[in-house]
Amino acid sequence: MDVVMLSRLQFAATVFFHFIFVPLTLGLSILVAWMETRYVKTGNEAWLRHTRFWGKLFLINFTLGVVTGITLEFQFGTNWSRYSEYVGDIFGSLLAIEATVAFFLESTFLAVWVFGWKKLSKKAHMICIWLVTLGGNISALWIILANGFMQHPVGYTINEAAKRAELTSFFDVITNGFAWNMYCHTVFGSWVLGGFFVLGVSAWHILRKHQEDFFRMSFKMVAPWTLIMVLLLAISGDLNGKDVAVHQPAKLAAMEAHWDTARNVPFHLMVIPEEEAQANSVELFGIPGLLSWISFGSPDAEVKGLKDFQKEDRPPVAATFWTFRLMVGLGMLFLLLAFAAFWTRKNAIISPTLLTCLVWNIPLPYFALGLGWAVAEIGRQPWIVYGLMRTNEAVSPLAAETVSFSLIAFIILYTLLGVLDIFLLRKYAIKGPEQPIQEA
Amino acid sequence: MLESIWFFLWMLLWAVYFALDGFDLGIGMLHPILCRTEEDKRILYGAAGPFWDGNEVWLIAAGGVTFAAFPKAYAVMFSALYVPLLALLFGLILRAVSYEFRNKVHHDLWIFFWDVVHFFANLIPPLLLGVAFANLFMGIPIDADGVFHGTLMGLLNGYGIAGGIFFICLFLLHGALWLVIKSEGNLQIRALTAANCLWVIVTIVLLVFLWMTATHTALWDNYLANLALLILPLGALGAHFATPALLRAGKIWKAWGTNGLFIILVTFFGVSGLYPNLILSSLDPKASVTIFNGASSELTLMIMLGVALVMVPIVIGYQVWMYRLFSHPITEKDVQDEMLEEFDH
Repeated sequence: MDVVMLSRLQFAATVFFHFIFVPLTLGLSILVAWMETRYVKTGNEAWLRHTRFWGKLFLINFTLGVVTGITLEFQFGTNWSRYSEYVGDIFGSLLAIEATVAFFLESTFLAVWVFGWKKLSKKAHMICIWLVTLGGNISALWIILANGFMQHPVGYTINEAAKRAELTSFFDVITNGFAWNMYCHTVFGSWVLGGFFVLGVSAWHILRKHQEDFFRMSFKMVAPWTLIMVLLLAISGDLNGKDVAVHQPAKLAAMEAHWDTARNVPFHLMVIPEEEAQANSVELFGIPGLLSWISFGSPDAEVKGLKDFQKEDRPPVAATFWTFRLMVGLGMLFLLLAFAAFWTRKNAIISPTLLTCLVWNIPLPYFALGLGWAVAEIGRQPWIVYGLMRTNEAVSPLAAETVSFSLIAFIILYTLLGVLDIFLLRKYAIKGPEQPIQEA
Repeated sequence: MLESIWFFLWMLLWAVYFALDGFDLGIGMLHPILCRTEEDKRILYGAAGPFWDGNEVWLIAAGGVTFAAFPKAYAVMFSALYVPLLALLFGLILRAVSYEFRNKVHHDLWIFFWDVVHFFANLIPPLLLGVAFANLFMGIPIDADGVFHGTLMGLLNGYGIAGGIFFICLFLLHGALWLVIKSEGNLQIRALTAANCLWVIVTIVLLVFLWMTATHTALWDNYLANLALLILPLGALGAHFATPALLRAGKIWKAWGTNGLFIILVTFFGVSGLYPNLILSSLDPKASVTIFNGASSELTLMIMLGVALVMVPIVIGYQVWMYRLFSHPITEKDVQDEMLEEFDH
């Protein structure tokens, strides 16, 4: 394998691993902050136990999210030095702002929250976890503004003498609509994941009649949240699709395996694309005009087909298509489950089938988020910055052996850490909450 | 002008990172030297516990600022130092995980494993940072296209190793001083003894390192050209010699502070010697990345300056508040309560 492919694999491995931990950090921090707020407002000790139990799971997850993030910040320089030189003027500043605005806030107040139970008033302690939540969700904004620049570059000019892109409007970069829609979709996805995590762990305990009151309380609190977030997720997903249709037509065509430019394009429920043949071997259950309508808001709209793009300008079709289909399919499932959980949350007995489904569902939002990012990143190929710089021009001048070696090291280390983290999360999730605290 | 301001801020961020993360890395390395019981270990973990993560963000900020203000330097430095940087990362990852995982399973082997990991994960970062910075002071073999022509073994030369050892000793001393603040009783006495011994060791290593700097690098040239700059090494020496005096007077916070200042000024001394170079090429001086050929556009530098001037004071403000909040010594009773709480559940 060449150094481009190895570096891509290494980035993919490290970024996907990082993104196992980030969404739960984003989603669960809000729920824990909300639980602590209820404790402070009502004085009900049960909410304190909720804060502590879910907070402990939040922490086991948090650390790995932080440290695997450092890897990514360094990797732009280690593996993508040509890219870093070319767009660093714009991209680098967004990363630096992420660190100064968000990471300090998140890490400092998390430490105060963890170690400060006896040092701060209840209210001040609660404010700390809200600041952690804020820090995490702000950091997501800055990194996605940076990714948004790669997807749909704005606010720059090419300086031919310096051979690089230079900032012309910071305002344009931070108000990039494409990036904001991506941000909303990512954050809602993460909040859904947090919701399903709490619902799933609660369902496990309710099924076993273990600390049932406690987990029914979590369940009741989080079910409406999850439903609302799934709905917002769907809306933001639709807006994302429309952005892609306008700004990244080749990606849209690959997502839908749409080969020939046409108007009034149907959406087929079942498709199997054949990349070599530049056609689909199976196209069944077409809904007339739907693809035109979901892409451009009109059933008559023209949708560009893949054949309109040179082969070297097309993303890998099968990978983009299948990851997208799978993500959407999982989204539908989430809607169903969230609705069922919401509908039955106050029933005397929640259907064991639903509870079992919720337990098995715990990993699925993780896959869905990973798939979503795969669509965004694979679909952007062959570009690292859409229309501006190709991925194979962006890589560092490194020997392939060096990168093979680091890739293997990452895989070994990350697998080990992933297994241990899941083991610990499972252990503490199953153990359940602390006994009620006896006031001395 | 803007480029020079950013050169200063770039140097400052790295210096603050060393001065802050230095003490928690030092404490991690002190485990086998100072700990006799499980309680001792927990006090050491606790002395760094609330701080290490916030301190490490200064590294991310320093990396981010390198990227934002000097993208070419970021690209060349990080790709040229590929192997040591990734090893540094692995160290930092394992360190973080050892804090989080160690007490989550109560099995001797599990705890022993994470204690060993913790020690090495705290040893590797200062070693590699020292090696990396010593090599940057000396110049690294990059060509005009930013391609690195050296090897890992080439980076592990005498001066590089000396830099690594210097950083390790520096951080050990910084950690020992912090532990004097955060402990009581016998452990505090041992930490104090360690701090006094380490101070002597640091003095010797410092002299060797400065002498090697004169023979291996051109850092001193900037100082000979501009004698006013000599305030940096002289200030560093002043801070270094103030530390044991303050320690004897029982002013431990101030002693820790002067040692932090020492670390900052030593960093200033080295990096200012490079000015206006960011990455010095040992192959061809014309291939060096300087603040003139490596800086971002004026607009980006202005915007980032605004961000830094607003955000950095705010960050320092809440971090100082946090340090004050957790400035109390950790007692044996504290850790016994913590252990009871863990075993109860």
